[in-house]
Amino acid sequence: MKRFALIALPYSWLLALFLVPFLIVFKISLSDTALAIPPYTPNLDLSAGWQGIKDFFAGLDVENFTFLTTDSLYWKAYLSSLKIAVTSTFLTLLVAYPIAYGMSRAPDEWRPTLMMLIILPFWTSFLIRVYSWKAILAQEGLLNQVLLALGVIDTPLTILNTNTAVYIGIIYTYLPFMVLPLYAALEKLDETLLEAAEDLGCTRMKAFWLVTLPLSKQGIIAGSFLVFIPVMGEFVIPTLLGGSDTLMIGKVLWEEFFSNRDWPVASAVAIILLLILIVPIVLFIKTEEKEWEGET
Amino acid sequence: MRKLSWFNLTSLTFGFAFLYLPMIVLVVYSFNSNKLVTVWAGFSTKWYGELFRNEAMMDAAWVTIRVALASSTLATVLGTLAAYVLVRGGRFHGRTLFSGMLYAPLVMPDVILGLSLLLLFIAIGLDRGLLTIILAHTTFSMAYVAVVVTSRLVAFDRSLEEAALDLGCTRFEAFRLVTLPIIAPAVISGWLLGFTLSLDDLVIASFTSGPSSTTLPIKIFSAVRLGVSPEINALSAILIGIVSVGVITASLISKRAIAKRIADENRATP
Repeated sequence: MKRFALIALPYSWLLALFLVPFLIVFKISLSDTALAIPPYTPNLDLSAGWQGIKDFFAGLDVENFTFLTTDSLYWKAYLSSLKIAVTSTFLTLLVAYPIAYGMSRAPDEWRPTLMMLIILPFWTSFLIRVYSWKAILAQEGLLNQVLLALGVIDTPLTILNTNTAVYIGIIYTYLPFMVLPLYAALEKLDETLLEAAEDLGCTRMKAFWLVTLPLSKQGIIAGSFLVFIPVMGEFVIPTLLGGSDTLMIGKVLWEEFFSNRDWPVASAVAIILLLILIVPIVLFIKTEEKEWEGET
Repeated sequence: MRKLSWFNLTSLTFGFAFLYLPMIVLVVYSFNSNKLVTVWAGFSTKWYGELFRNEAMMDAAWVTIRVALASSTLATVLGTLAAYVLVRGGRFHGRTLFSGMLYAPLVMPDVILGLSLLLLFIAIGLDRGLLTIILAHTTFSMAYVAVVVTSRLVAFDRSLEEAALDLGCTRFEAFRLVTLPIIAPAVISGWLLGFTLSLDDLVIASFTSGPSSTTLPIKIFSAVRLGVSPEINALSAILIGIVSVGVITASLISKRAIAKRIADENRATP
């Protein structure tokens, strides 16, 4: 009985504040926009009894979803988010791997400090870290000042408010999410395996490809999920660093909701984003669970 | 002792320079007396003064701190409970659904979480304000607490709990006297994680806050959306300073704890 109460408390919290909200989003995505409060119809009117429930279901349709397929803005935004998320996950992996590798090869007494240095930005405000690039990448910003002074360029580069700035922002803010799982995988790597590979005639490069990389697969997968999934719905980075032509679905959803006040369409956008992400999210939770159960 | 190769040393140097330079630049610019942030015009602390005189900003900071304290505390209780149930509770009906719901907020985009919670609050007629932000933040912080506590629970020796039960403890006493002290570091870091996540959140707070409950990130975002602002630089420098002091202290404490444990173990085995 006591056990039941222990389970019921967090369980009902999650049902009420996680599952039910999703059902509501789903319902509203099937509703029509209306000039009312709340700005959609139909509303479930239980006081009208059975007729009320029938009217409610008769009022639902997939109109918003067909609208999303006819207006090219939406599918372009989904495709562009997908492209940005895939590319930036790969770039983050490229930047993170040498750092994680270096950390795993560092002397033991350095490691706690290096670990702390990776975690510290994670505790620092995400918003502020994105914002910090504005002063660096702007037309009259620090990067252009330095490059002009060094004589590398004659005219200032336009980086802020382009997709390049968005990529830089994503790599920068999501770097710790990639480094930590990679480091966890690389740290466990048995160095004698590398020595064996070299004794058997592998070059260092070949030993890396044949031994190190496959053995860090777990870290690569976990890190890529941790970057890809949230970047798909990213709103802050494209809004602060991107330009008017930077199309990302998180931004579209936000504008649909706050500027156009079209709740049903915003809900439909969210449902489709969720459908795109459900496969990677389930895969991620499955691999993490396997890892924990493997440890018990 | 191992030595770092040139390649590793270079990648570490560049990697950490990339991570830290932007923040250092921000802190340096916060002492620039010029209103044009990127044009240096001499050292000054006037933006810090402006910041503390900005009442709207101070109100927002106070709202943010209250939300963070309440939500991280609630999330710690619920998240620890959830982790305990998952690791020690055995099989029960709907376990998969439970762990799915618990961990999904870790990776779910903020815009979806924010939108869905707002639509819930409107559907049940709950006015948006402090309470709704606290409910929303608790829900996602709980996931982080659960992850941290789970890894600690999996790692510790279960026979300690069993010994306590054999010696006549009730389940609750065993939890309070054995389990809780052992998982305490994880519970504390879970609370801290929840607290920082709540301080930091813009998207979910934007959806779930009302006109009277603007949080600091919402204020920062509206101030920097169109450009850079010297006051926000000063605020950022303060926040970066607080976090750095906190993280460095925490790592020094844990370093000392590890050293002490090693010393104790050496004494125990002559």
